[in-house]
Amino acid sequence: MELTEQLQVELNRENLLEMYWLMLLSRRLDERAWVLHRQGKIAFHISAIGHEAAQIGAIFAIRRGQDWLLPYYRDLTMVLAMGLTPREFMLGLMGRQGEPSSGARQMPSHWSLKRAKVVSHSSPVATQTPHASGIGFAIKLRGDDAVVLTTIGEGSTSQGEWYEAVNWAAIHKLPVIFMIENNIYAISVRQDRQMAVPRVADKALGLGLPGVTVDGLDAIEVHRVVSEAVARARGGDGPTIVEATVHRMTPHSSDDDDRTYRPRAEMEALKAQDPLDLFRSRLMGEGLLTEKAEAEINERAKAEVEEAVAYATQAPYPDVSEATYPVFSGDRHHG
Amino acid sequence: MAEITLIEGLRQAMDEELARDESVFIVGEDVGPRGGVFRATQGLYEKYGPERIVDAPLAELSIVGIGIGAALYGMHPICEIQFADFIHPAFNQIVSEAARLCYRSGGEWTVPLVIRAPYGGGIGGGLYHSQSVEAFYAHVPGLKVVIPSNPYDAKGLLKSAVRDPDPVMFFEPKKGYRLIRGEVPEGEEILVPIGPARVSRPGTDLSVFAYGMMHQYCWEAAERVAQEGIDAEVVDLRTLKPVDKQAVLGSVAKTGKALIVYEDNLTGGYGAEIAAILAEEAFTQLDAPVRRLAGPDIPAVPYSHPLQDWFMPNPDKIVAAIRDLAAY
Repeated sequence: MELTEQLQVELNRENLLEMYWLMLLSRRLDERAWVLHRQGKIAFHISAIGHEAAQIGAIFAIRRGQDWLLPYYRDLTMVLAMGLTPREFMLGLMGRQGEPSSGARQMPSHWSLKRAKVVSHSSPVATQTPHASGIGFAIKLRGDDAVVLTTIGEGSTSQGEWYEAVNWAAIHKLPVIFMIENNIYAISVRQDRQMAVPRVADKALGLGLPGVTVDGLDAIEVHRVVSEAVARARGGDGPTIVEATVHRMTPHSSDDDDRTYRPRAEMEALKAQDPLDLFRSRLMGEGLLTEKAEAEINERAKAEVEEAVAYATQAPYPDVSEATYPVFSGDRHHG
Repeated sequence: MAEITLIEGLRQAMDEELARDESVFIVGEDVGPRGGVFRATQGLYEKYGPERIVDAPLAELSIVGIGIGAALYGMHPICEIQFADFIHPAFNQIVSEAARLCYRSGGEWTVPLVIRAPYGGGIGGGLYHSQSVEAFYAHVPGLKVVIPSNPYDAKGLLKSAVRDPDPVMFFEPKKGYRLIRGEVPEGEEILVPIGPARVSRPGTDLSVFAYGMMHQYCWEAAERVAQEGIDAEVVDLRTLKPVDKQAVLGSVAKTGKALIVYEDNLTGGYGAEIAAILAEEAFTQLDAPVRRLAGPDIPAVPYSHPLQDWFMPNPDKIVAAIRDLAAY
């Protein structure tokens, strides 16, 4: 690996503080979305709470804007890091005109941000994984040096689409990182009803590529592991499966009630392992963040969130005519 | 002018488009050194190499899914599904993804992709090498659905499909691959636009609508009934989605009677859409009920010869249907 590339994946003080900022912003937006839903102001929210460290560690391992991201619905922290603004997130939640992912056609958190090479995904799970391999295939055909990061929940790795996509990437040594955010629950179904292997990364054995499991509550460790996978991909050594173990600290979505399947004691215990708290303590322990600075950052995040809510609340809904297009590429684009 | 087969028209189209545009590549099962199980890609592997004529693992959804990803990156893939019967695992990728990406991203992401698949019966293929699947896809906004009936259209429509900026389902009548021959000029660019139907035999007494192999049979049947004094107009629909409504309505305005022939199962088949268009927009011009001649509503084409013959529409059955309608 070239020294210059290695330097690009190393984290300095500025990076670490930006990572904390994005995790915090993601958390405050997420919490606000739950409140908006309870107030009856939005129809749907699906949460990233508990996944922030894994997401931020991974996204800082790629070249944002040059490399490709094919995320899934829980990746709020990742897409904020790719440049989605709080205002844009709120426009999406409220179904307002000009929302960048879909022009408010899709449900919230169905990400797309072409300006940052974040590819649109749908609700049927694992459908994005073959696209990731297809993009990787095109990158290889063209001889470009971009890599592709695609994410998914552990339950979705039960889909044939996931296996077929990983198989392709392994056969052709495509520059793709298949990341799993393993929170053990697929809505209500636990991992042991999804797979017989103890680790999702074990599936790599049957597909002929490396599989690594990493503590997804540790952003620095996730960053290190994904950086290695990115280096392999960019160096022509092919894909890697990276499983980051995380906690889903909320119900599946605003339409779910996890009390029917998840003991309250289990939920309470997760609070001691909140990845945001862990990262904050780590930064403070390293002397990179003071109580005072943290309080300021928190206030800034809250202010940005409230500004975004106010902005989106007064933003217009799409004109009904926008429902008619674009069925094909020649049709009118949304604003 | 050279007379070539329908499949040779397809091969020429792919050869020319591969030569024209480096972003075009072919992916499918056995498309490489084998040249495809029907030989549609024969010689292309030797000419363009393994990077552009790509033998896929035996997994149809990945053939389409990989194609979609490559198209999102700016490539123009041609995905070959070996038989239309095997396309069903890819339904999710085609319907949830290829067809909806443009709409769901407000036009930011588009999918210039061709999916080729041989379809249709009468070749001893039994339940799983004979199916017609066009109605599934003609139902889906965001897809174009094209079925050629002759070598000229096969070449010209496929070249247009490769240049189209959106996903095109390109179904090929496999029974006609070598059976249907026709003149195709050499050394000139042939592009048949996606959309317009074609009146292949003008007539005044009744209109017969068909596509693919059934078009060929309808044309033969029309020639036969002409000797009995029945002047049937034959319309080759060519593009099922978007349908050429004006061609359908224009023909019936002239003849007042319509027969639609397709080899898919009768119920919910593509002919039902043509019948609905006529019922809604040509009611006052009709002199007879709209008729459909199609495959029966059993799960698929049986293998054994007499059973297969019972299933398939053919020129004899079409002649009988034309006579019946003409006499109404």
